[in-house]
Amino acid sequence: MDILAQLVERFVNYRSSLYSDSILDDQFTELLKLQDESNPDFVVEVASLFFQDAEKIINNIASALKQGPVDFKQIDANVHQLKGSSSSIGAGRVKNTCVAFRAYCESQSFEGCLRCLQQVRHECTLLKSKLDMLFMLEQQILTAGGSIPPIK
Amino acid sequence: MSLFHVLGFGLKVGHLVWLLCCSLVSLLSNNWVAGDGGVMGTKASFLGDGGKVPLNWLEKFLGNVYKIHQHYYQGSGSKKVGKTWWRKLFFAWIMVWSVISLWVFWGMSSQAADKRKETLVSMCDERARMLQDQFNVSMNHVQAMSILISTFHHGKYPSAIDQATFARYTERTAFERPLTSGVAYAVKVLHSEREEFERQQGWKIKRMDAHVQKPVHKDNYEAEVYELSPVQEEYAPVIFAQDTISHIISLDMLSGKEDRENILRARDSGKGVLTAPFRLLKTNSLGVILTFAVYKKDLLPNATPEDRIKETYGYLGGVFHIESLVEKLLQQLASKQTIVVNVYDITNHSHPISMYGSDVSYDVLEHVSSLNFGDPFRMHEMRCRFKLRAPLPWLAIFTSIGILVIALLIGHIFYATMNRIAKVEDDFYKMMGLKKRAEDADVAKSQFLATVSHEIRTPMNGVLGMLHMLMDTNLDITQQDYVRTAQASGKALVSLMNEVLDQAKIESGKIELEAVQFDVRSILDDVLSLFSGKSQDKVELAAFISDKVPSAIIGDPGRFRQIITNLVGNSIKFTERGHIFVTVHLVEEVMSSVEPEMELSRNSLSGYPVSDRRRSWEKFRTFNQDGSNMRFSSPFSNPISLIVSVEDTGVGIPLEAQARVFTPYMQVRPSISRTHGGTGIGLSISKCLVGLMNGEIGFVSTPKVGSTFTFTAVFGNGCPVSGECKSWQVNRRSVAVDESYGFHGMNALVIDSRPIRAKVTRYHLQRLGICVQVLSDMSHVLSDTSICNMKVNMVLVEWEIWDKDPSSLAILRDRLRNTAESRVPPKLFILANSAGSMRMSSSASDAFGPFVLMKPLRVSMMAASLQRAMGIGNKTSNCNGDSPSVSLRNLLQGRKILIVDDNRVNLRVAEGALKKYGADVVCAGSGKEAISLLKPPHNFDACFMDIQMPDKDGFETTKEIRQMERAYRDSLPLEDLFSDSRDQSSKWHLPILAMTADVIHATHEKCLEKGMNGHVSKPFEAEQLYREVSRFFHSSPDQNE
Repeated sequence: MDILAQLVERFVNYRSSLYSDSILDDQFTELLKLQDESNPDFVVEVASLFFQDAEKIINNIASALKQGPVDFKQIDANVHQLKGSSSSIGAGRVKNTCVAFRAYCESQSFEGCLRCLQQVRHECTLLKSKLDMLFMLEQQILTAGGSIPPIK
Repeated sequence: MSLFHVLGFGLKVGHLVWLLCCSLVSLLSNNWVAGDGGVMGTKASFLGDGGKVPLNWLEKFLGNVYKIHQHYYQGSGSKKVGKTWWRKLFFAWIMVWSVISLWVFWGMSSQAADKRKETLVSMCDERARMLQDQFNVSMNHVQAMSILISTFHHGKYPSAIDQATFARYTERTAFERPLTSGVAYAVKVLHSEREEFERQQGWKIKRMDAHVQKPVHKDNYEAEVYELSPVQEEYAPVIFAQDTISHIISLDMLSGKEDRENILRARDSGKGVLTAPFRLLKTNSLGVILTFAVYKKDLLPNATPEDRIKETYGYLGGVFHIESLVEKLLQQLASKQTIVVNVYDITNHSHPISMYGSDVSYDVLEHVSSLNFGDPFRMHEMRCRFKLRAPLPWLAIFTSIGILVIALLIGHIFYATMNRIAKVEDDFYKMMGLKKRAEDADVAKSQFLATVSHEIRTPMNGVLGMLHMLMDTNLDITQQDYVRTAQASGKALVSLMNEVLDQAKIESGKIELEAVQFDVRSILDDVLSLFSGKSQDKVELAAFISDKVPSAIIGDPGRFRQIITNLVGNSIKFTERGHIFVTVHLVEEVMSSVEPEMELSRNSLSGYPVSDRRRSWEKFRTFNQDGSNMRFSSPFSNPISLIVSVEDTGVGIPLEAQARVFTPYMQVRPSISRTHGGTGIGLSISKCLVGLMNGEIGFVSTPKVGSTFTFTAVFGNGCPVSGECKSWQVNRRSVAVDESYGFHGMNALVIDSRPIRAKVTRYHLQRLGICVQVLSDMSHVLSDTSICNMKVNMVLVEWEIWDKDPSSLAILRDRLRNTAESRVPPKLFILANSAGSMRMSSSASDAFGPFVLMKPLRVSMMAASLQRAMGIGNKTSNCNGDSPSVSLRNLLQGRKILIVDDNRVNLRVAEGALKKYGADVVCAGSGKEAISLLKPPHNFDACFMDIQMPDKDGFETTKEIRQMERAYRDSLPLEDLFSDSRDQSSKWHLPILAMTADVIHATHEKCLEKGMNGHVSKPFEAEQLYREVSRFFHSSPDQNE
């Protein structure tokens, strides 16, 4: 029991730290609400979809930035895409970075784009690791027979 | 355009005056014609032509006025032309009228002169005729006397007449000859008969010419003076004479030059003849002698002069006093004084001999009437003159001057008017130019603001985002503090930019209001909770909404909240003690209420004096209109007007600043922005928003006492049928709220000394479904034991009372605790604001209370506190918040919905969300796929479509789908179209909703334009989703089928 309680406490703390660092936002909460008995792996599924997409997009952007005349329009479309998906899953910081990224695209600042690309890549990795951790903890609680405490 | 009015008025006046002039002229001319028919024949015809002349002028004039109009509207270039043209017209007008007035003058004066002449002629002729008549009468008598002589003197032998008889007879018949001073008879004596005659008569014939020259008086008359007549061929001695002239007896008439001539002529012609006027012997006055010849027998009319001479017996003469004759005559007639009469003998034309009158006249006007005294040889005439000169023709002078003056005045009026108009026109164009420039400047300012704030916002997002990211890096505490400060400032800047952008939007008219259903009460609760932390400890925040205000109204909740937030925010800034009190009523309610609630201005919520709130709306249009039937055009079919007042006890607005409270960027003092912050456009924005809501805003403020801002706004009534609304209002709380909180049917006792504050408390408790009884005094509660027997579940005591008298409260608490054991004793609550609650925490409390209810009172907070104290479970509380999701589930259950999005993540999330509400979801990854799925007749109930998609975006896809639908519908037979329209229409018209991340208003319009039915923001919000979806799905298909 102690272990479980500790696990739950750690989970809750961890989760709230994600929110307070605004790695995640309310939309993620909404997402969690959508998950129920009928589709238990909804969030994981969406998250993995997101990471696949994100990786593809980031690669696209990176290659676009490497080309001679940089096509900012194409980059912008890609960033928009990423912004859409990140806001859908509630990845707050990725979304914010995308907002800044788009501003640079608009002003056609190559430097800014490069920096943002780094940032986005960094944020995505960060998010991935954080979510992996979260899901792992969740899994541990479930295997230990506990239940996930709802978000207040 | 006031120009038209001025001109129109001018024309009218001009026309009127013109008519007046015409009628005046025609009147004058008519008089004229009547006055002298003969002379005026030609003039009348001239006037007949003249009558048409004014008409022509009038036409010309009007034409010119019209021309002037055109001149003015052709632009400023022809203005000068018009001006000089007018000056010319003005001078022409003056000239024309001068001529006219001269003509009138001439006409009238000549008319007067003619009249005068005519008078003179008639008077003169009358006098002449009378004179002639009288003379003729006298002459006839003299002639009659000659017949008498011939009959009685010569016809009888011996003679029947001697001197005495003659004298007596003539004396007695003198009245018949008023003009003759005497008559005498001379007999014809030939020289051969002289001696015989002298012997017979007893005296010698004497000659008379010796003494004719010297006047002789009767007194010293001596017969010896006369010489004896020399020998002549024949003599005519006087044998009979009237006594008055008896001295001429025996005088030979033929010896007098005049008499001789006279006698010879009389003898020749056989008629009466006259001498030229001469001085009479005795009276020395002018006279004439009339002589008749007396014949022996009646002569034939064609007798020759020789016959006449032969047959002559003698001569009868009468002396006429012309002077006395005329004098007498004139005395008989009136107006003797006005004219001077002269009578002349003009036998010798070159030397007329004056018979009467003197030349004492100054007048040149003279009339001559001829006189006929029966002697063809002698010519006489009468000359008449007025004694006085003709008076000046004053009437003509005044009339013509009057006409001239009137014409000048009219001309001046027109001239001045035209000058004025020209000046006003000039000013108008100038002002138009200035106005245009000002408007341009204003538009430029708004555009500048909008652009700048937009441009600033974009990089600010970058700044904020970067700051945010910076916070996630490894920072020490100081650095974190700096970053946090920078972020807070950035956020403040962005909100400021939003305000400025709002203002600019309003000024450029780009703002539009939403029309959605919302609850005023919850909005006020939100606003209060927003400010509850910010207000000072000593300030009490409260809200009260009238029962008559329906819970669901339609309007723009965001903007409504913005207005109230602005007003309350202002109040909070300037209020350090007392209260801020928000009230919402229906306008009709306030208008009809005659309850003098404000007379007790001291009896306000917190006890501080407040400004009279009525004065803040006394200028409102709505209130000044009689009756509420004069409704402004409202976008709502069922409009209700709310009136919201925000009353505070702050510092108030200085009187000199009150006029510019609603001016943007204007604050009471520049220093205000340093001490209190803000841009000073909040109130201006509020005013514009209120205006957009068809309302008005006003305020009243007393320095050091406080301000009250009041505004009205028109909303739609959320309850479609008023009857339904009524019934709903009656037990509104029991339906809507209490089920969820579980307070329905409970009773509460509120102890509060201030009625308004008690009213607020009661309002909030009633919202929870609790019945409320208010008592004003603690002692009243204690003395009245009956309350213990009442079924009271809770007792709420105002902090003020508690603070004043804690001991009695303790008694009350004990009393409450010890009441009937059979049931749960009532709980005791203290109503306190934060200041009170601090001290409260120290005082003892137990399971029965006192519990503290923190102010400002709000339903959710109150419910939570009460629930905690009363021990009522919170099991149903979620139900309230979930309500849109529940209804969404009802709506979407079993619906087949297609989601189109190229972003797999979004697609998956949207799918999950809709599935959660029970919908049957199909996904499509691109526009093409969607089109292939959406072939009419449709299997789907709705489609959610992303707008931004590669190769075929949402708009294009929609367009294609709509085209397919149209083709399908056209192919349907007619009866199918109408058979079951509701069911069928869904087969060939699919509701398509856009999914979009940005929620700018323009996007929404574009969606509708492109054939979509609405839009939802991308991470789905239950409420918005519900709002949009409910427009198509009226109820669950389960119920429908």
